Amino acid sequence: MSDAPTDASSPGPLSAEERDELRRHGILLTSVQELYNWGRSHSVWPLNFGLACCAIEMIAASMAKFDIARFGSEVFRPSPRQADLIIVSGTVTKKMAPHVVRLWNQMPEPKYCIAMGACAISGGPFKQGYNVLKGIDRFIPVDIYIPGCPPRPEALLHGLVQLQEKIRQQPLRGPDAPRHLRSDLACDATVPELGAEDIEPPFSPELWKPPTLVRPDKA
Amino acid sequence: MAAVAKAVLYLAVDLHPYAFLALFLLVAIAFPIALLAVAQLWFRFFQPPKPSPTKQDAYECGVAPRGDAWIQFKAHYYLYAIVFLIFDVELLFLLPLAVAFTGLPTGAWVAIFIFLFLLAEGLVWAWHRGHLEWS
Repeated sequence: MSDAPTDASSPGPLSAEERDELRRHGILLTSVQELYNWGRSHSVWPLNFGLACCAIEMIAASMAKFDIARFGSEVFRPSPRQADLIIVSGTVTKKMAPHVVRLWNQMPEPKYCIAMGACAISGGPFKQGYNVLKGIDRFIPVDIYIPGCPPRPEALLHGLVQLQEKIRQQPLRGPDAPRHLRSDLACDATVPELGAEDIEPPFSPELWKPPTLVRPDKA
Repeated sequence: MAAVAKAVLYLAVDLHPYAFLALFLLVAIAFPIALLAVAQLWFRFFQPPKPSPTKQDAYECGVAPRGDAWIQFKAHYYLYAIVFLIFDVELLFLLPLAVAFTGLPTGAWVAIFIFLFLLAEGLVWAWHRGHLEWS
C-alpha cells in the first residue's frame, strides 16, 4: 500500500492486492467482467456423459464423499442444450468419436472441455490400437487436461478448479476475449464420419497438426 | 437492501394483514422478467448467436437423427385402453359403490348405471370382435 496513489483527484486503477485489502475492510469493488466471470465460474454444469472407467471416478466425484457440489458443478445435465462443460471421461473409440463431437456441437456457448485421463488425452494404453482415437483434442478444443489412469476424483476436482481459474481470467473485450463473445470464431467442430479404414477426416486441421520429426542429419 | 425489504413488508402488513401476499406476487412476477430481460440484453449486445445445422438438429444422444421427428404413432393401442377401462377402472368404481350400496340417492344410481352400461357395451363389443381371444 506504500506506493498506492494518495492523491484523491487521480486515484488510478486499483490493483488486485488493493482490492483484496479493501475487501478485508468490507468494501466490495468489482467490474462487470469480474462479476460475470465469477458467476460463470461457480456454475459450470457438466454434461451427463461417461465413456469408460474414468466415468466411474467422475461419478465418485459427484457423490457425497468427494462432493463436486462444493464447486457448483453438481448439476449434471442430461441434455447438451443445458450443459457448459463436457468431461471426456475415458477411451474415445473411433466409432464413438462422431457422437462425442456432435454432442460438443450441440452444446451452446460458452462451453468448455476437460480431457480426463490418459485415453482422452492421447489414447493412453490403447494408443497403438486400431480403433482408438489418439486424443480428443484432434477434434475438440480441450481446455483442461487431467492425467492419470484413471485420475482420482481429487484430480478431477483440481482440474475443475483450474477451469474455474481459467474462466475467471477471461477478458470480455479485445483479441483475448473467449470464443463465445467473438463473432469471428465458429463454435462448431468438424464431425468425423466412419470411413472404410479410418474416420474421415482423421483429425481436424484447424485444431491439431501431426508432429513433424526434425532430423538435422537427414536435412 | 434487506432492511428496505423488511420496511416495505411491515408497511404492507399494516395496510392489510394479507397484503404481503400481493407483494410476494409482484416480486415473483418481476424477478424472472428482470432476469430474462438481462439475459436478452446480454444476448443482444455482447454474445453473437452462432447457429449451425448440427446445433439446431434434434438431440438423439449424439447419433445423427434419421427422418423426421414428427411421426405418427400407431393408434391401435385404443383396444388396450378400452379393455383396461372395463376390467380395471370399473373395479375401482364398483368397490365404493358396493360400500355405499344402500344409501344412494336416485341421481347417483342413474349416473353409476349409465357408467356400467357404457362399460358393458364396450365388453360386448370387444367380445364380439374377438379381441378377448388369445392367439
